[in-house]
Amino acid sequence: MAVVPMLSLLIALPLAGAVLLLLVPNREHGRDRLIQWLALGISLLEFAATLRLWAGFNAMSADFQFVERVDWIPAFGIQYAVGVDGISLFLVVLTGFLTPLALLCSWESVHKKVKVFAFFMLALESAMVGVFLSLDMFLFYIFWDAMLIPMYFLIGVWGYERRIYAAVKFILYTLAGSVLMLVAILSLAWMHSVATGAYSFSYQAMLEMSIPRHLQTWFFLAFALAFAIKVPLFPFHTWLPDAHVEAPTAGSVILAGVLLKMGTYGLVRFAFPLFPDAAVAFAPYLASLAVIGIVYGALVAMVQPDMKKLVAYSSVSHLGFVVLGITAMNVQGLQGSVYQMLNHGVSTGGLFLIVGMLSDRRHTRLISEFGGLKHVAPRLVAAFFVVTLSSIGLPGLNGFVGEFLILFGAFRWDPRFAAIAATGVILSAVYMLWMFQRVNYGAVTNPKNEGMKDLSPREWAILVPIVAMTILMGVAPSIFLNPMKPAVDRLVARMAEAQPRRMVQLTPTPASRSAKQVSPHAAAVAAR
Amino acid sequence: MIGPALNAVIPVICVTLAGLTCMLAEAFRKKGERMPIGGLAIIGLLGAGVSSVLLWGRHAESFGVVVADDFGLFVGLVLVMVGVLTVVFSSSILERYKLPVGEYYALMLFALAGMMLMAIANDLLVIFLALEVFSLAVYVLTGLRRESFASTEAAFKYFLLGGFSSAFFLYGIAFTFGLVGSTRLDRIGGAIASGSLDGHPLLLVAMGLLLVGFAFKVSAVPFHMWTPDAYEGAPTIVTGFMSTAVKASAFAAFARVFMSAFGPMREDWGPVIWVIAICTMVLGTVVGVAQTNLKRMLAYSSIAHAGYLLVALVSGNDVGKASLLFYLLVYAITNLGAFAVIAIVSEPDTPREQLRDYAGLWYTNPFVAGLLTVFLLSLGGFPPTAGFMAKWYVFTAAISAGQYSLAIIGVLTSVVSVFFYLRVVVVMFMSERSSQAALPKPSPAAMVALAVSAAVLFYLGVLPTRLLDLAASSVASIF
Repeated sequence: MAVVPMLSLLIALPLAGAVLLLLVPNREHGRDRLIQWLALGISLLEFAATLRLWAGFNAMSADFQFVERVDWIPAFGIQYAVGVDGISLFLVVLTGFLTPLALLCSWESVHKKVKVFAFFMLALESAMVGVFLSLDMFLFYIFWDAMLIPMYFLIGVWGYERRIYAAVKFILYTLAGSVLMLVAILSLAWMHSVATGAYSFSYQAMLEMSIPRHLQTWFFLAFALAFAIKVPLFPFHTWLPDAHVEAPTAGSVILAGVLLKMGTYGLVRFAFPLFPDAAVAFAPYLASLAVIGIVYGALVAMVQPDMKKLVAYSSVSHLGFVVLGITAMNVQGLQGSVYQMLNHGVSTGGLFLIVGMLSDRRHTRLISEFGGLKHVAPRLVAAFFVVTLSSIGLPGLNGFVGEFLILFGAFRWDPRFAAIAATGVILSAVYMLWMFQRVNYGAVTNPKNEGMKDLSPREWAILVPIVAMTILMGVAPSIFLNPMKPAVDRLVARMAEAQPRRMVQLTPTPASRSAKQVSPHAAAVAAR
Repeated sequence: MIGPALNAVIPVICVTLAGLTCMLAEAFRKKGERMPIGGLAIIGLLGAGVSSVLLWGRHAESFGVVVADDFGLFVGLVLVMVGVLTVVFSSSILERYKLPVGEYYALMLFALAGMMLMAIANDLLVIFLALEVFSLAVYVLTGLRRESFASTEAAFKYFLLGGFSSAFFLYGIAFTFGLVGSTRLDRIGGAIASGSLDGHPLLLVAMGLLLVGFAFKVSAVPFHMWTPDAYEGAPTIVTGFMSTAVKASAFAAFARVFMSAFGPMREDWGPVIWVIAICTMVLGTVVGVAQTNLKRMLAYSSIAHAGYLLVALVSGNDVGKASLLFYLLVYAITNLGAFAVIAIVSEPDTPREQLRDYAGLWYTNPFVAGLLTVFLLSLGGFPPTAGFMAKWYVFTAAISAGQYSLAIIGVLTSVVSVFFYLRVVVVMFMSERSSQAALPKPSPAAMVALAVSAAVLFYLGVLPTRLLDLAASSVASIF
């Protein structure tokens, strides 16, 4: 047990910093630089704190660590309860990793209201860390909803042309999904009060509650809808291209890098373990949507003329992999999913950063405007190349590890899903490499590209960590996979309990049918 | 001391005396002389506040028809708060609009006295008396800008329709009295509970008529027609006052009459209010989406909020009653704040009520824009503002009463409502400044009051426990 309330510190530090920034008098934007440095300093401090958390994390334990519990609204059993396990640990570290980079990348491109921009970025970081650390459903929902407001402002005030449309669409879509989850959370707390006589919103208390199957279905649907919109899972993805494209680079990085992970994190943390029976029943449907998303996202990405939109659709495809791994509900699939969440954060975050750099230089993101950049900005292109390959999933870089594990897990569950999903890997190579080729190779056809500057020191500082991470996560995945293993194992064990129940339900006359018709889940269980 | 018989009405007496003093002061004021009449009003209100706190938990009774229980005192304190805030907001606005200062404060205090009486009244006739006292004052306040057509028209509409609804209400009282032989709520409740009136058609008629009267005052659908016009036409600060104070006192009496006197007939009125609640939530939000005038938009939003309060009423359990109180308090702070911002930035020749008037406000007046944003986000129910806690509390009540459909419709309509609240935010933060005219200089006191209101919203959004417990304890002793 830590002496310092480590997790509260992680949640409070960016917010306290943000409030501090507001107090800096900044008339006529005279102190913009100071504010940017302060914001960067705070976010780096936060990153250091997340690393400290990782260092203090016991990798052998599946339990929540650094747990803090304080009664908040005792009449309803609401607690301020936070804790970290192997699944949330790295998402917190990822948040800490990406926020300084996002702040750095807006150094030149954000001119107006720099102070408020930094305020919202840091406030957003607090809310995101809070989402990953909450062990109380009420607290989780508060952070989940509170996070929308800073993101809404970031898109709406500092975004591109259609920013207002994108911002409003983003917030309404997400909210529409999440309010039903709120009703489900309230109903769970009410059920707890009926069963035990006291309200509770505690995650662990809800895990122990036995929920009748028909209610599980409703609750699961409410939760899954909220998370599916956030992920976004096909066909709930339409807000994502708008939000990504119109957001400022920093917003896109955070949106792709962290916010989307909240959807998949929610599935792993809440929707599946809380309602295992319903999850098992709905897994094939979710997986179908996931593989449709993989192929659809890839196909749509292929024909995008705008680089940012291409990367946005590639996110739909990549997040499809993550959901597929979750629905497989075995160790490989889940580990791959959690790992792929981190990969996607690093590599897609990296792609958005690079597209942002190109757009800062040329004020356009259209692929046709570029060409032959290799000749004018070789270092930028080199970094671009590594990140592109990592996004495709080249062995030796991070993307490969996650996709391989997911496909392996999916294959053990149901080879059909794995087969379709694997085409997504091929398609991703097609759209990424094709885009890369058109932007960077050939002769410099557009005279406007001729004088393009290569990386500035600030951009070096952004891209070196990204490239380093892609390589590190590609060659030494066990650094990350080992600490998450116990938590993943426990989750798989919990889900496995639900599997046999499903078999019984599927085969009402076991004697006659079970011998002939073994469900893929049963096969997976048997194989384990 | 006059004797314990008057204890329960001391807060009402304080406010009434202050109102009379304001009127006298105005009468003795020389032309052009400035008098701190607002200060007098605040003294009276503080007296009412202190006496309410002293009466807390004592269950004081006056003449058997006024019972100052914690429920009524809680609402009374909300009303005192609304009064103090309105006085603080009003000072500079009255000067700007050249409104008659003494009359304004006197009418407002008389209205508050009526409202406070209504919250603690335990007899249908006293409720009616209180209702008329505050209604008449509010009608006049609505039409206070005599040179404005809209204001006069609003007052006239409000008065005519309000007169109708009062007649319905009175008719309901008459029927009730005819059946029970008393207008005291406890006796009515006893008579109904004894079963001697079971299935009596006139009892349903009486209840229906009373329901119409209350539904009108809280602007529930389909008795909401007057709300947008009256809210739009009235001077903005009066709109803020009546959208919060009238609603608070009317809901207090509504809850008291239907939960105590007609409590045994839950099966009869429950489904009716259930339907009204759904219609109110849906109509308020859906029509609100189409508004481009900020005051009209907030008028429809206040209709929608009446719907959420009705959800608390339908739920009817202890959580529901407590959530009603909590919601009323939060709604009062929030809505009054939102209207006050509009009032503060408006001028007689440039009303600044249209959405486009707020374009780019953030770039010129970041503080005012920020405050309005906080109020709107709280109305929309975003954490970490108190608006979220209030909605959460109401929906918890609905779910614990098994009213899943109300909870689901409630959360969905609040998503729709977010659309129009955010539209104001969009205009303020994300569009360019359209008009070049500088805003009038807000009075420092008003800005401080707004900032305190916003801070309280955050405080209640993060640490609501004490107030939740207070609300829960103040309903525990009654009904």
